[in-house]
Amino acid sequence: MKCDSCDQEASVFLTQIVDGKMTQVNLCDKCSKEKGVTDPTGFQLADFLLGTAAQKKSKAIAKEDDSLACPECGFTRAHLKKIGRMGCPECYHTFADDLDNMLRAMHKGTRHVGKVPGKQSPANITINVKRRINELKEAIDLAVEEERYEDAARLRDEMREVETASK
Amino acid sequence: MRFTTLLKNPADWMQGHGPHSEIVMTSRIRLARNLRGWSFPGWSSERQRVELLKEVRPVVAGLPEMKEGFNEEYIGLSKTKKQVLVERHLVSREHAARSTGCAVLIDRRQSLAIMVNEEDHLRMQGIRAGLDLRMAHELINRVDSELENTLPYAFDQRLGYLTACPTNVGTGMRASVMLHLPALVLTDQIKQVMNAVSKIGLAVRGLYGEGTEALGNLFQVSNQHTLGETEMELISRIEGVAEHIVQAETHAREKLVHEGPTMLHDQVGRAYATLRFAHLLNSKEALNHLSLLRLGADMDLVQECDRSLLDMMLLAIQPAHLQLAAERDLSPEERDARRAEITRQMLKSVPEPLNVTQGNAGSSATPPESDDE
Repeated sequence: MKCDSCDQEASVFLTQIVDGKMTQVNLCDKCSKEKGVTDPTGFQLADFLLGTAAQKKSKAIAKEDDSLACPECGFTRAHLKKIGRMGCPECYHTFADDLDNMLRAMHKGTRHVGKVPGKQSPANITINVKRRINELKEAIDLAVEEERYEDAARLRDEMREVETASK
Repeated sequence: MRFTTLLKNPADWMQGHGPHSEIVMTSRIRLARNLRGWSFPGWSSERQRVELLKEVRPVVAGLPEMKEGFNEEYIGLSKTKKQVLVERHLVSREHAARSTGCAVLIDRRQSLAIMVNEEDHLRMQGIRAGLDLRMAHELINRVDSELENTLPYAFDQRLGYLTACPTNVGTGMRASVMLHLPALVLTDQIKQVMNAVSKIGLAVRGLYGEGTEALGNLFQVSNQHTLGETEMELISRIEGVAEHIVQAETHAREKLVHEGPTMLHDQVGRAYATLRFAHLLNSKEALNHLSLLRLGADMDLVQECDRSLLDMMLLAIQPAHLQLAAERDLSPEERDARRAEITRQMLKSVPEPLNVTQGNAGSSATPPESDDE
């Protein structure tokens, strides 16, 4: 049997249930090591499986990609894994998915409850409001598409509130 | 303010007599802050750091608190001078190791120090004598609020103040107390106490922060978490723990007087003798003897030896302070000789410690009583 990744002879055969479907993967010795299949914590195994079995879930692959870079400063996930620090404030958004578990292990909670800048600079407020409004718009569109009209109405009210509060 | 002026004037916290100042040397609050739209210092180019410094420095210098303060860029400071600032706890070791694009601003009373381009764009601390974290917080919080009017801080509604290291995110606050615990060390209880402290999410460190040895029986206790609790919750917890440790140390001191007065007098007497008559003293030995001398002074076994004299000695014997006074680099052997010279000189005014029969005739004649019940 040939390896699914390259064309070498496969020596590692894996069967896993992904999204309720049985998936079979055949790998050669070299590829199995590269993909970290022998690693019991096997994050990359899921990657590989999702990558071959479900091409459309490209977003999930991107999330685990070490080359994911912060658009603001170019800091990559590989850097984050290596030094455990961020490149710039924007990195906290870029690597939000990685961060959650990190924060859980480091802190008492995952939500800030302390001091909030009393008089935030106008630029900061505008950015936050814009971001929130965009999020709400997307959520409304989705709710309409899925015919959840009550949710859509609630979200619309919330958006109006945010808009009036920022004026 | 010039460097020499900074050195001549003892810091406010060295003069003050805060709560429990016989055991708690200082209370410090450090805040980490960063500017939106700039890479953190560890990931930015030298040019970016220089630019950020240009932007931030005048704002910090313009604070009313910083009027006539010390304001130096690191490229203008020698290695020895930066090390002196470390020994005075005004800047961190990590910051002192850097150069271009870094600066430190210190207020006249040396109770506020603001580092630019440390691990974060701004690291600012307030220092107070004794157990007084609230006051230290008030001091630095006021400065922080003034700065945020002008500087666009990187702040996130959910994560709080964004910092280079996720371990500081949230409040960006590290509250720490420096404790002098000779009796807990002498009675072998220190491990127990420190284990208990680390179990409740607080960190215990040596004299100069992370990864340093607990020299001179000095221990730093600080919070590890910065996210999920308010500043006041964190401060209250550390204050509560510090009060417990102060109590434990006080008990241990009483225990020493009652159960081992001769041992106590011996320790204090040896410390005095070494510091008063030695001609070669290495740093570790000097710090440990100074600690026991301080214990003797606290317990009235050594007269005319007040806190400020001991604090001055504690600084004067440190390597960079010695080299600055000598105006040149010194080999370790030269430093040991100069260190001993300083302690011999400074202790001339301090009479020898009282001995058991003089000082504690009553308590040494009666058998030890157990007061622990």
